[in-house]
Amino acid sequence: MKIFATYNIKGGVGKTSTAVNLGYLAARDGYRVLLWDLDPQGAASFMFRIRPRVKGGGKALIRGTRSIDEAIKGTDFEHLDLLPADFTYRKLDLMLDGAKDPARRLASLLAPLRSQYDVIILDCPPSISLLSESVLHAADVLLVPLIPTTLSVRTLDQLTDFIGDFRGKKPRVLAFISMIDQRKRLHKQIAEALPAQRSDFAATVIPALSLIEQMAVERAPVAAFAPRSQAARRYRELWAEARDRGGLPPPRPPGS
Amino acid sequence: MPDAQPDLVPDTAGVPPQADALVVAALPGSGFDLVTGARRATIRRTWLDTFDWRLYRAGLTLEQVSGRGGTEFRLTGRDGAEVAAEQFRDAAGRPPRWPGQLDALPAGPLAERLAPVVGVRALLPVARATSTVRERRALNGDDKTVARVIADQMSVTYPAAAHLPDRLEVRPVRGYQAQAERLAARLAALPGVTTDERPALEAVLASAGRRAGDYSGRIDVQLTAGMPAATAMAAVFAALLATLEANVPGTIADIDTEFLHDLRVAVRRTRSALKLAGQVLPHGARARFQPAFKWLGDLTTPTRDLDVYLLGLPAMTARLVGADPADLEPFGDHLRRSRRRAQRELARGLRSARFGHLRRDWREVLDEAATAGRRRPAAAALAAGSITAVHRRVLAGGAAITATSPPESLHELRKRCKELRYLLEIFASLHAPGVAWRAVQELKGLQDCLGEFQDTDVQRGELRDFAVQMMDERAAPAQTLLAMGEVAAGLARRQRRARAEFAGLFSEFASPDGQARIAALTRAAG
Repeated sequence: MKIFATYNIKGGVGKTSTAVNLGYLAARDGYRVLLWDLDPQGAASFMFRIRPRVKGGGKALIRGTRSIDEAIKGTDFEHLDLLPADFTYRKLDLMLDGAKDPARRLASLLAPLRSQYDVIILDCPPSISLLSESVLHAADVLLVPLIPTTLSVRTLDQLTDFIGDFRGKKPRVLAFISMIDQRKRLHKQIAEALPAQRSDFAATVIPALSLIEQMAVERAPVAAFAPRSQAARRYRELWAEARDRGGLPPPRPPGS
Repeated sequence: MPDAQPDLVPDTAGVPPQADALVVAALPGSGFDLVTGARRATIRRTWLDTFDWRLYRAGLTLEQVSGRGGTEFRLTGRDGAEVAAEQFRDAAGRPPRWPGQLDALPAGPLAERLAPVVGVRALLPVARATSTVRERRALNGDDKTVARVIADQMSVTYPAAAHLPDRLEVRPVRGYQAQAERLAARLAALPGVTTDERPALEAVLASAGRRAGDYSGRIDVQLTAGMPAATAMAAVFAALLATLEANVPGTIADIDTEFLHDLRVAVRRTRSALKLAGQVLPHGARARFQPAFKWLGDLTTPTRDLDVYLLGLPAMTARLVGADPADLEPFGDHLRRSRRRAQRELARGLRSARFGHLRRDWREVLDEAATAGRRRPAAAALAAGSITAVHRRVLAGGAAITATSPPESLHELRKRCKELRYLLEIFASLHAPGVAWRAVQELKGLQDCLGEFQDTDVQRGELRDFAVQMMDERAAPAQTLLAMGEVAAGLARRQRRARAEFAGLFSEFASPDGQARIAALTRAAG
């Protein structure tokens, strides 16, 4: 089981769109996928038409009084399940603070799902908090969408330094340029330069496309409702890079 | 995981999908919307299990579904929930051929889940059918799929041709069980629809007059204390003959090693029962058939011995310390060549007129014994007498064994223990299940120890013979012989360990409590 997390301290950079599309594409490759919508706003849950509600709220999950199993919902897509958001997730920091070894609590909650899922994707709320620290400890691969600005790169460096201080397992970082406006020269320059200069950058760039915004209307991954679009193609390329970064084998040629 | 709803069966058997129309008719006002999923499709379905139904007994159902989209394997639990699934396609787009070993399936979670259950057995088709299916998605008020409703018109092609009534299956999406139940209840309430709790496989098998789990290597005969012993033994021998015959085709076709194993166990049980209780059969049948079954037993021995070696080879290789695992490869090749020869001989013997006559004549004797009418002795008296006699022999044989006794004395004791075990199993239906089970378990501990002692002794001797054969065939590089020497040393260590454990196990078996357990059985039977 590999755990991917979409993470950025900033909001509105494409974390949820990435989590939703990569989750869908991983499931379509035949992996058994669970997407955990950790953002109390519940955008990923909304995209899959699943009500953002968990019985007992985040507290029951963190304390282990209610099993994660019971809270999981099937999406409309085969092999893709969702652990919905809940408004109480806004207090997950406080809940984690009361837990034993809070930085590793998410990892231990997810461990029993090993037999059920090949891939888990954590869609994180924008913040730096105890929750994000717990996510960073649980993840094998950190997917970091960055809008093409110099400040974004500085934030990435801070994140990499923070992870570098971890003892034991560290997630591998895969940053990628998100929401690039092809008409802006600075965007294009940064998008071309960074993947060439840094090994923690994906070659794939996700453009700012209205079709991606359309996901909230269609309430489905763009890779599902517009599979031949440029947006879907880019997410497929990003998933291939993320899969390699996570050390997941390419989808098995059936019959091999 | 969600539970699957029981299937619903409109009683409009044989007509084109009424079931699908029923779903549409049921929806108005239900709070659900229907969306047509994939268009109508024809799929070929093959249910797979081992010959002895290991998956069924473990609460699992493995189905291979082939259609235009390729082939998928789906493993479900007793509640119908999916445990694992795997897509399959070889280069030519064909599904695998069955019977076959588990490695015909792609490596992955499905094969991993199956491996500990299936073990060394092959998977083979237990049923086949062709289904015309139409899937619809049931949506709730949020337009979220809460269940898939599958209308299925199925024609069974194996084990016998049959048409099943149309089936409607409501498959809940995970987390939406309650809504799916409401939908299923609405469908079930429609006129002309009945609920079918059986999984599809059981309905398919029932249409062919079969049921899942209808083979097991166990002696499944219900005896009563007062029935004539001749009738009882005829029933036991007939059950053993049925097991033996059930395993003949699989042994000849060499599908997996356990067909031969079960066949041999049936022969050994028959031989022991003939020796210990066969006197109740008419017309000197015991004296006539003892040599015949010895011939059959001997016919099967070479192949089984080589099977035991080949099945144990990976463990032997893993235990090597000094030698390289690759050093044993020529030995493995030699075993496989020898086994192919032995298997040809075995198949020839099982196709022979001699074997055919043995089965025919034996059945005639059993038919006659079942109705011969000799009322004495009763089954319980025969059971008590024979168990008591063999138990005494085990106690005497074990008590006579000292630290200096030759291996042969332990081999003899093993035979007596096997005889006692078979008697306990044959007459199990006369005893309280718990008491008989405990007695067998205790005996089993002693048997395992004696088995380890004898098997390692025999295997060491055979290993020397194999080495000589390989030298003669110039198929034995020096490093292979050295590796075989290391294997022989390992066998000697295991043999010494078994010998050291024997005294403790036997004294437990011969303890007053152990003896009382057997005595309770014979009292109850007598």
